Amino acid sequence: MRRQIPILITTIAGLVFAISYFIPHDPFGESESIFGDWITIVQAFAVWLGALNLLKISFEKISSKSADRHYAAIIIVSLIGTLAVGFYDGYSGMAQDPQVSFRDPGTNFDWLYRFIYTPLSATMFSMLAFFVASASYRAFRARNVQATLLLIAGFFVMGGRVPLFDMMISPITDFPVFSWFADWIMTYPNTAGQRAIMIGIALGIMSSSLRIILGIERSHIGGGSG
Amino acid sequence: MLSTIAMILSAIVGLSLIYLLIRTIQGHPVERRIVFVYIGLAVVLPLLMNKTLPLPVTKDVRKLYDRLEQLQPGSKVLCAFDYDPPSAPELQPMAVAFLKYAFKKDFKIIIMGLWPQGPQQAQQAIEEAMLDPIIAGKNLVQGEDWVNLGFQSGNEFVIQSMGTEFKRMFPKDNRRIPYEDIPLLQNVVNFSNVDFVMNFSAGKPGTYEWVQFGVDRFGFELGAGNTAVQAPMMYPYLRAGQLKGLLGGMIGAAEFEKVLNEKGKASTFLLAQTFAHATVIIFIIIGNLAFFASRKKKTAGAR
Amino acid sequence: MRLSSPNLTHNCLKIALFTLSLLLISLNAPLAQDAETAPDTAVTIEQAVDSANVAPLPAVNVMVADLPNDKGGAVLVSWELSPDDDGNGKVSGYLVQRSESKDGPFETAGNAVRGATKFTDNKTDDDKVYFYKVAAYFEYLDAAEEKIRITSAATVTGPVQSSAQWFNMNRLYVLLFMLFVAGAIIFYIEKAKKGDEIYIRKIAGIDAVDEAVGRATEMGKKIFYIPGIQDMNDVQTIASIAILGRVAQMAAEYDTWLEVPVSKSMVLVTAREAMKEAYTKVGRPDALQDAQVHYLTDDQFGYAAAIDGMIVREKPATIFYMGAFFAESLILAETGNSVGAIQIAGTAQPAQLPFFVAACDYTLIGEELFAASAYLSREPRQLGSLKGQDMGKGLFILCIIVGVILATLNVWDMSVIFASK
Repeated sequence: MRRQIPILITTIAGLVFAISYFIPHDPFGESESIFGDWITIVQAFAVWLGALNLLKISFEKISSKSADRHYAAIIIVSLIGTLAVGFYDGYSGMAQDPQVSFRDPGTNFDWLYRFIYTPLSATMFSMLAFFVASASYRAFRARNVQATLLLIAGFFVMGGRVPLFDMMISPITDFPVFSWFADWIMTYPNTAGQRAIMIGIALGIMSSSLRIILGIERSHIGGGSG
Repeated sequence: MLSTIAMILSAIVGLSLIYLLIRTIQGHPVERRIVFVYIGLAVVLPLLMNKTLPLPVTKDVRKLYDRLEQLQPGSKVLCAFDYDPPSAPELQPMAVAFLKYAFKKDFKIIIMGLWPQGPQQAQQAIEEAMLDPIIAGKNLVQGEDWVNLGFQSGNEFVIQSMGTEFKRMFPKDNRRIPYEDIPLLQNVVNFSNVDFVMNFSAGKPGTYEWVQFGVDRFGFELGAGNTAVQAPMMYPYLRAGQLKGLLGGMIGAAEFEKVLNEKGKASTFLLAQTFAHATVIIFIIIGNLAFFASRKKKTAGAR
Repeated sequence: MRLSSPNLTHNCLKIALFTLSLLLISLNAPLAQDAETAPDTAVTIEQAVDSANVAPLPAVNVMVADLPNDKGGAVLVSWELSPDDDGNGKVSGYLVQRSESKDGPFETAGNAVRGATKFTDNKTDDDKVYFYKVAAYFEYLDAAEEKIRITSAATVTGPVQSSAQWFNMNRLYVLLFMLFVAGAIIFYIEKAKKGDEIYIRKIAGIDAVDEAVGRATEMGKKIFYIPGIQDMNDVQTIASIAILGRVAQMAAEYDTWLEVPVSKSMVLVTAREAMKEAYTKVGRPDALQDAQVHYLTDDQFGYAAAIDGMIVREKPATIFYMGAFFAESLILAETGNSVGAIQIAGTAQPAQLPFFVAACDYTLIGEELFAASAYLSREPRQLGSLKGQDMGKGLFILCIIVGVILATLNVWDMSVIFASK
């Protein structure tokens, strides 16, 4: 029973979504929206589940004096601190006229967002530049014919996406060799490859979905296949 | 002064790269950390130079601009801000340029976000756009000329539900004013009542979902601004006409600023990106030299 | 025909008034801005706009129809531009009005900008009959900054009734393709059930799973399994959890610590359930600890930062990245690479594949991720579904070839059958 009910819900929801794509008439058109609303509600409630788990694991790390306990303490302080600031701003904002949301410009929460969250997140994202460089340095090697072709394509795309390289060859030719070749690679070989991968993925998704809807694939709900 | 120092330092860094090249040929491969240092310098030094580069406008950016030019004053444009601060350096300049253009053209802007931080990024972009004297002179009113509907969770299901009714997903705007009391949204029921949709996206949910769950089902016109990593994925949709135009990464933003005749952040940041690309290319060359040098050694050893 | 003298005078007066009105209206913008200094002129404007002659010509050929392929409640009103809507600013927009009776009263259904030729009225009742009028209007600010709207006459069009459709005809071809692919998948599942041998090519990345788990056991180090940053409504995450079930069985058998940091609460619950099942299956339910599956954060880069920290501190022997990844893919994979972990990745995000290929030992490309669970389970029905999927691929390849030939010979553009309408 513990397995059957989720499978039943999956099958019904899956079929309704598939049918409503083709039949706009109610009840299908409407039920698709209702399922969508359910997902939104369930996801909203699930946020607490994650937060509580994070707190539980972090407290356990501190109480067991794990080597990571300092990080766990930072997590707890940050989580509770941000929550407290948000609640305080939201509560005090309600008393103002017009009402101020905790996310509005000028609130303490907005300050945390702009001056702590934003630079921290941007720092993590900017690390990508360093890792792209080190990965390119290591992986872009002319080991064989295919790798050499990849190297040439990469060279032209990287050179063609910025104006410097066309400027450098401008004394020789006015034709923007780099940007033209980069555009050609992106428009034709890249699009063709992307399409092929996307068609494969779409079929893979369809096959997986069908296995799930038919109850053949159950490992995601803690059941073995079949 | 700072600019001159930055240029001199850049020249020194350039020369040291040649030294690295020679060292590699001599059989001393470059360590990962050295690569990191050079990339850091390649990004930071150009930012101090405050120089811009001449830039051609590519056809994907031009297509978007041409389509926007066809929209009449008063056209309703839905702007989905589906990104957060990490991708703001790439997407915020294009969002600001777009909003400046839209406000100057008297479009009516409806803002929303499928990412929690999206509407906050939009708010910041609006604040920046409002600093433009022409836009400030228009005395635009929130609720009449633009509205921020805020964030709604549910990813693609939000788009799907909006196909029936926007109000269902956004019963109030970010000021908690009910949907039906917002003058701009009178007679805006669903996608059929907006003239264009613009999406700024850093991942999922983003342009991919807007095409699959929006354009395909409800047939509206969509333009997009994407991070450079994501942009190559959008080319199939661009070629199929499901996307009316694409701004890809920093360079897309810089081109958009150029076509709009706005000197924004993207144009300034472009020099840093150019230097970073050049540095990566040089390191790829160094890496290959090291590879061939080691292969030569191995072959010699085998003999 | 002879024009009578009073008629001629009347016409002359009309022309004079019309010309004067146009002149004044064309001056209106600066006049409105200088309203405080030119009050007399403003009065003249108001007098001028009272004349019906300044109203733009109406929209022509107004048509109304039920909005096709929808779930009802909408009427599509279309028209041809007013002859005055030629970009000279004589038309500011169109006013669409609606009534349940031909004789009115008419209420506003909505406005359309100038140059627009259609409006969708999304507020109709399927039980009622409606009549529509589309008038062009000219709008300006008077001296007191009040908006003045001069609306053209308009003819009544209708009746029309909205209705819901039982089938979206735009999607007929999609349905046919879907039926073929789904039919093929079910057919091969049934065949496999009957015991037919299904051939499946070797997928190096999946074959390496055993070796990767074994390596961690030998080294006495942890295995990290990263299920991507999407929620359970993404098929990639479901596929990832299915693979996790298989990996967890191996880890449980070898008694190796498998840690699953997740970024979504729903994934936390699901992953824990899958792990519990896997550990129970190999008879070691007590070996599973709560701390093995834990939530970090929903935030993309917060998640990446936390995992990077874990990788650097704990130096796992093996890392799996299976599911939906975005810009954090390379940040994670490069860090994993730097600590010398054996890394197996799988994603259906085409943009991230190059990063994983560059930084990982094995990468499952796109559909291989979805096939991995079937491949690992060797369960006939699951393998059968893969064969059905291949038949679908065959159909697509055939269509592409035929489409290219037809388009090259200029016979028919096959892509129109999937065009969005």
